[in-house]
Amino acid sequence: MPSTRNIRRRIRSVRNTAQITRAMQMVAASKMRRAQEAAVNGRAYAEQSIILLAHAARSLEDFEHPLLEVRPTRRRAVIMITTDRGLCGGLNANLMREATRFDTDTTLFLAAGRKGAQFLARTKRRLVAEFTYSDRPTFAEALAMARTARQMFLEGEVDRVEVLYPRFVNTLTQKPEVRPLLPMKAMWEEALTGKAAEAARTEEGVHYLFEPDAKAVMAHLLQRLLIFQVLQYLQETKASEHSARMVAMKNATENAEQLIKDLTLTYNKIRQASITSEILDIAVAQMAIT
Amino acid sequence: MAARFQLEIVTPEGRVYQREVDMVVLPAADGELGIYPQHAPLMTLLGSGEIIARRGAEEDRILVTEGTAEVRADRVSVLTVFATNEAEVDEARAEEARRRAEERLKEKLSPEETALVQASLAHSLAQIKVKRRRKS
Repeated sequence: MPSTRNIRRRIRSVRNTAQITRAMQMVAASKMRRAQEAAVNGRAYAEQSIILLAHAARSLEDFEHPLLEVRPTRRRAVIMITTDRGLCGGLNANLMREATRFDTDTTLFLAAGRKGAQFLARTKRRLVAEFTYSDRPTFAEALAMARTARQMFLEGEVDRVEVLYPRFVNTLTQKPEVRPLLPMKAMWEEALTGKAAEAARTEEGVHYLFEPDAKAVMAHLLQRLLIFQVLQYLQETKASEHSARMVAMKNATENAEQLIKDLTLTYNKIRQASITSEILDIAVAQMAIT
Repeated sequence: MAARFQLEIVTPEGRVYQREVDMVVLPAADGELGIYPQHAPLMTLLGSGEIIARRGAEEDRILVTEGTAEVRADRVSVLTVFATNEAEVDEARAEEARRRAEERLKEKLSPEETALVQASLAHSLAQIKVKRRRKS
């Protein structure tokens, strides 16, 4: 049976851990609120851009743009967005599992976030570039990634670029997702499946006027969308990260508290047992004397 | 025939404006465009200027810098990076944004970034101008 002193020591150590996890939970919770807001508010812009592009493309029968060119996929690039730090539940592990599905020989990886970069290096996948992004992802950070991806695509180094990121569903759920980025045609073709396709079909036959001309409007839309879509993915990742960390730390705190409770119970039992046996000893001794 | 139509303005920060309006003036790249309900489908680039939305006797003025607008018979959607409702313009904040943009322009930037920072500068200048005009 462990001594009371050992148990006391363990209780103290668990209590310290609980204090740390609780602090981390608080920090994550406050960051989470802002990050979630940014992620949810940012969705409208990308969605609206994609709808606009789809409408425009439907109206322009044979519009061509280098960023739209669909080629047979011989090689692809995957931008893997992970967090920099751990302690956020299964968030990164889920992303890594998703990453292993890509064929190692024909897939080039671009990593955003340290965890992903470490994983790719460790598993000897082809990591061609590494990016960092801050807690509040900025336009410049998204631009750096978008520019590299675009260059690889335009120079024919890859035929398709996809993004692997944790989509923020709600505080408890984050879903790893793979979305096409380039060619940009894939972006709205995918977005227009299902319910949106229904709406788009009724749009057929609508022909737009373009001011000043179709090329300028499309070029502007494509250029902005590419960058802001990447920014949106970064924001989704941040929202997911802080949510996952908040939940993970909350669970850790609760576990620690349960552990303290259990240990305290054991401690008291041992204490009582030793008191009882001491009283018994005294009583026996007394009987022996009288 | 619908006498009104939906006007929505979407930026990367969210949907900043969504209302039924009677007519709207858009600052298109080459001149202002007045849009009434049942307009022919149109897509246009926007320059720097004000979107003026009329609702009965009231009107909303929203400053925008660059963007695109999709015009349909029953709705107008504006996509832009910079949009500020004139009622909410804060001169101190605009001044601060201007200073930041000017500083960024001194750094070495890629062409896309320069374009965006310049747009941001133009947007903050427009805000300051509107505020000054109101005061005088």
